[in-house]
Amino acid sequence: MTIGLGHYLSVAAILFTLGILGIFLNRKNVIVILMSIELILLAVNINLVAFSTHIGDIMGQVFALLVLTVAAAEAAIGLAILVVYFRNRGSIAVEDINLMKG
Amino acid sequence: MNAIPLSSMTPALPEIVLAAGAMALLMVGAFRERSAQLVNLGAIMLLVAAAFLAAALPDGTAFGGSFTVDGFARFMKVLAFGGSAVALVMSLDYLAVEKQQKFEFAILILLSATGMGMLISAGDLIALYLGLELMSLSLYVVAAFNRDSVRSTEAGLKYFVLGALSSGMLLYGCSLIYGFTGTVSFAGIAKASANGGIGLTFGLVFLFAGFCFKVSAVPFHMWTPDVYEGAPTPVSAFFAAAPKIAAMAIFARATISAFPGIVPQWQQIVVFVAIASMVLGAFAAIGQRNIKRLMAYSSIGHMGFALVGLASGTAEGVQGVLVYMSIYLAMTVGAFAVILSMRRPEGMVEQISDLAGLSRTNPAMAFFLALLLFSLAGIPPLAGFFAKYYVFLGAIKAGLYGLAVIGVLASVVGAYYYLLIVKIMYFDEPAKGFQPMPGELKAVLGVAGLFNLLFFVYPAPLIAAAGAAAKSLF
Repeated sequence: MTIGLGHYLSVAAILFTLGILGIFLNRKNVIVILMSIELILLAVNINLVAFSTHIGDIMGQVFALLVLTVAAAEAAIGLAILVVYFRNRGSIAVEDINLMKG
Repeated sequence: MNAIPLSSMTPALPEIVLAAGAMALLMVGAFRERSAQLVNLGAIMLLVAAAFLAAALPDGTAFGGSFTVDGFARFMKVLAFGGSAVALVMSLDYLAVEKQQKFEFAILILLSATGMGMLISAGDLIALYLGLELMSLSLYVVAAFNRDSVRSTEAGLKYFVLGALSSGMLLYGCSLIYGFTGTVSFAGIAKASANGGIGLTFGLVFLFAGFCFKVSAVPFHMWTPDVYEGAPTPVSAFFAAAPKIAAMAIFARATISAFPGIVPQWQQIVVFVAIASMVLGAFAAIGQRNIKRLMAYSSIGHMGFALVGLASGTAEGVQGVLVYMSIYLAMTVGAFAVILSMRRPEGMVEQISDLAGLSRTNPAMAFFLALLLFSLAGIPPLAGFFAKYYVFLGAIKAGLYGLAVIGVLASVVGAYYYLLIVKIMYFDEPAKGFQPMPGELKAVLGVAGLFNLLFFVYPAPLIAAAGAAAKSLF
């Protein structure tokens, strides 16, 4: 069996779905949500690199590197907001984020 | 190595000025005690300068085509930078009174405005993503700016989680579009997408999910009321003004310039989103007691109306979007000037019932707010009517009769809650009066009110500018 584009795309799609489910089904902890977001971005990177090598175009890999950089910045900001939230509320459980009802 | 002349970066001059200015002001703020006033003033001047620069730049591209300046970009950038500057002016008094004067606020607004400029000018998917993230990352932080308040930090956290999810979806869409067209540039995608294909359509749907989140269109609107309510009021004013304009600009640019070959595919998505936003904005706002939440639902509805113009996919429709966004900016900024001056000696109030009898305690403020509410409801001859007129005209010319009819009906339902506030202000027993309005809020409210009142006298310049800007996309 050879591993082709379809396999990479399937892995990425599964990771992406896991990430989305992790955000919506998780009732415990905001840290898990941050991990799910990382999972989504990694799925995108697998997609980009797989497409890039498949069609022989370098832009996808450039894109993937930029996504990695931005993901780091995003995680930093997310954790910073989480820390100030924890200072005020004393909890990071998802069901406690309910002061305003959406 | 190929040498790149410095002059090739001229199209990005406003963004370079903003970014370099933000860094310089950051240094000022970091090394001087109590420099918040100075930094605020500098930031306002930088934003105004960037707006003038953006208006003056000729057409051109930079960075290998990923950064485009055309009539559309000029128009939207003037609105976005101007909106940011006005939002910053409106925040001065609030931050001083609430003892929240920190220089970081102005810096974050500047960085966010830089992101907006990059977003509006984006010519490929990478520039789009980077501009969007630069804008959003700053917005997450300003939402949680009042870091000792549970509500503000909760707003920031909610905005961050949902925003990161939406940019993840947008990015997944970008990766699929890249994979199935083999290029990231909008022009290249337009060429390769002429035949469509299922993979491309999937990518398009994910991309649109990200855009809908940023313009707060249904079904990705759920963050809007919570964030508007929880964030400090000047931040809500900023959220309602500038980022919406930038997000709507990239929504229009990406759909029109990258997917002209598959209009039927994206048109049905935009039509659905527009209808859902208009209807939800009209009905969900009725039961609200908090005026910031009400403005959030109102902005969801208004984004639906603006998307009606985009749904037509023609130059006239996009012209309608541009006219709508500029008038929406004036209306919403004026309304927030009133909300920011709802202050009693014991603190800020934000319930609609606090406005009761305002016509007797502060007749001028009541008159201007009533004017803006009539305009938001779209009652002629105020500016809000012309905004709706042009988007519906675009939809009718494109044959989308059903969409236009539903839009008109939704605007009738929406008029109910705007007029309810007018009734509370003019016919209810007066509540305790507010403290006097600060001068800059008076000025913003006055200018916004007069613009809405007198727009019909001389609408030609704005309409013509929007028409020319819309043509540059096609």
